[in-house]
Amino acid sequence: MKRGMLDFWVGLFIAAGVVAILFLALRVSSQSALPARSTYNVTANFDNIGGLKVRAPVKSAGVVVGRVTNIELDTSRYVAKVTMALDNHYHFSRDSSAEILTSGLLGEQYIGITPGADDKMLTAGSTFKLTSSAIVLEQLISRFLFSKAEDSGDKTNAGNQ
Amino acid sequence: MTDRTGNFFVRFFSAIGEPFTNAFIKTGFAGRFLLSVLRHSPTALTRFRLTMREIWFAGVLSVLIIVVSGLFVGMVLALQGYDTLSRFGASSALGVLVALSLVRELGPVVGALLFASRAGSAITAEIGLMKATEQLSAMEMMAVNPIARVVVPKFWGGVISMPLLAAMFSAMGIIGGYLIGVQLLGLDSGIFWSQMQSSVDLRFDVMNGVIKSIAFGIAVSLIAVFEGYDAPPTAEGVSGATTRTVVISALVILGLDVILTAFMFRGI
Amino acid sequence: MTSPLVQLDRVRFGYSDRDILTDVSLTIARGQMVAIMGGSGSGKTTLLRLIGGQVRAQSGTVQVDGEDVGKLSESRMYAMRRKLGMLFQFGALFTDLSVYDNVAFPLRERTNLPETVVRDLVLMKLQAVGLRGASNLMPFELSGGMARRVALARAIALDPMLMMYDEPFTGLDPISLSTIGQLVRELNDALGAASIIVTHDVAESLALVDYVYFLSGGRVVGQGTPDEIRASTEPFIKQFINGERDGPLPFHKPAPDYALDLGLEQPHD
Repeated sequence: MKRGMLDFWVGLFIAAGVVAILFLALRVSSQSALPARSTYNVTANFDNIGGLKVRAPVKSAGVVVGRVTNIELDTSRYVAKVTMALDNHYHFSRDSSAEILTSGLLGEQYIGITPGADDKMLTAGSTFKLTSSAIVLEQLISRFLFSKAEDSGDKTNAGNQ
Repeated sequence: MTDRTGNFFVRFFSAIGEPFTNAFIKTGFAGRFLLSVLRHSPTALTRFRLTMREIWFAGVLSVLIIVVSGLFVGMVLALQGYDTLSRFGASSALGVLVALSLVRELGPVVGALLFASRAGSAITAEIGLMKATEQLSAMEMMAVNPIARVVVPKFWGGVISMPLLAAMFSAMGIIGGYLIGVQLLGLDSGIFWSQMQSSVDLRFDVMNGVIKSIAFGIAVSLIAVFEGYDAPPTAEGVSGATTRTVVISALVILGLDVILTAFMFRGI
Repeated sequence: MTSPLVQLDRVRFGYSDRDILTDVSLTIARGQMVAIMGGSGSGKTTLLRLIGGQVRAQSGTVQVDGEDVGKLSESRMYAMRRKLGMLFQFGALFTDLSVYDNVAFPLRERTNLPETVVRDLVLMKLQAVGLRGASNLMPFELSGGMARRVALARAIALDPMLMMYDEPFTGLDPISLSTIGQLVRELNDALGAASIIVTHDVAESLALVDYVYFLSGGRVVGQGTPDEIRASTEPFIKQFINGERDGPLPFHKPAPDYALDLGLEQPHD
């Protein structure tokens, strides 16, 4: 193996490896919505977070504006305290509401922010006042069945009178 | 009779214990060897030409098997994945399935297994033969440290080659998946790529895959140079060491993969 | 008389299960050519490794040019080895380098000479062993005798003070054998170096060297000039020189009684 040829092939090999990594980086994957860009943390308390996970997206009008960074149980009030990092570019009024939504029927859960109308904005460390919890399918079904049963119960009662 | 049972137990437990003692001694020797390799590692940079030659042997010569295997693995993933996903009407997620499997797991792991059997065994055989034919001794007598001159460039050549090969494996696999999914099974090309791109995370999936392949590269290269250096200087010794390189590398790669995966993807 | 170049004093060396050398003392003066003879497995090669510092003695001292090899730090050891040249049994040429690069190896690794000087030196050394014409060949293209001559050129590349030869005559045809023998003698006189030849080739080495040590069972069992050796009446030396099958060095390894081992006789106690 001549020196020049060895240099050539090794150079080509390293170039091909770098191209492969770039292909994986640029064509196959995308930077998660919030890269190293600066963020600010806000929290929201939910009665029930359902299947929400850390790193789940935070969306407003369908656009990803942040990620869930931490979930813990607030033992003073027994609610779930969810911390999320929002992109510094996006600001929401203080009376915005946060709710836990599901993409599709069985898809992953995410936090949706519905903006409010207040002039003051949420800042780092503030908390969403208005939240609505995840819809838990079992509860939904049992509530539905319960109300059905109640309905029919009312009807029989009415017939007896 | 009692003497015989006592004897039996002694023999039984020393038979169990002996492999462990040997393993400990060997691990200790490997640790000291690693330190020595690291201490002489600056040679790999100051005389980069030596390392380049080893990148040629470990990397360039492994490209063919890596690229072809990657392509096949990607194609099989697409065929199998399509069959399952289409039952749930989720065939649009085929790109995601292929890409995530490759980038997170198969690229680094299968890439490293192939690398161990192609390049690792060759490194062991070469060092072992140099030892058996007294070339390492001759070097030592010429006041040239064989670890700095022979082992260190081979080690770094392997460490540099492995992540590049794993990335090539993943990239070829995804292209294989594309060929099957889009060209053969008729999925929409735009959906294939955009679904993939929106679900695969650069830092979380791709970077962790690269980190895995770097870890495997270090492990396989170290095992390969160590087994070569530690091989008994005979023909059987070298062939045994070559086999051990492949076997131990495979076990270490898979074990390390469990540990790394547990740390990296636990949050999901 | 100046201090001897190599001096071993009551050296003991062994691996965990067995001793290779039990008690060896010998002296080699500057300019002297010494042969170390002994049967296979008598620790001759180990002796060279001790002098080169590749293994360290468990007790006793090994001195080379006034330095105690057993006590040198790694860097001092490498400095000491610059004074040594060693020819290995089968040459130990680097199989991935050409003849030229093999001879240039010690020059490139250990000196900062410009490439033109390296080239001149390599060609000089190859000329000395008569293989300047082979400089572009690869080691696998060489015959055994040629490979050993190239290895010799490589060993003398840096003009060592002490040359060590590990079985230089093994497996050579008579012509190559006498070529190597003469080369060894010429080089020794030209370099003004001392030489140690480990060998069991009696005739060739007795004709070459100035002094002979006999090793057996890990100790020196006889020594003298070639003439003294030829005239020796010591049973071991006689057995070795004349190649007798049985003598102080028995043909049979100690074993239980033959008939008993075959089961032809019952053990009687």
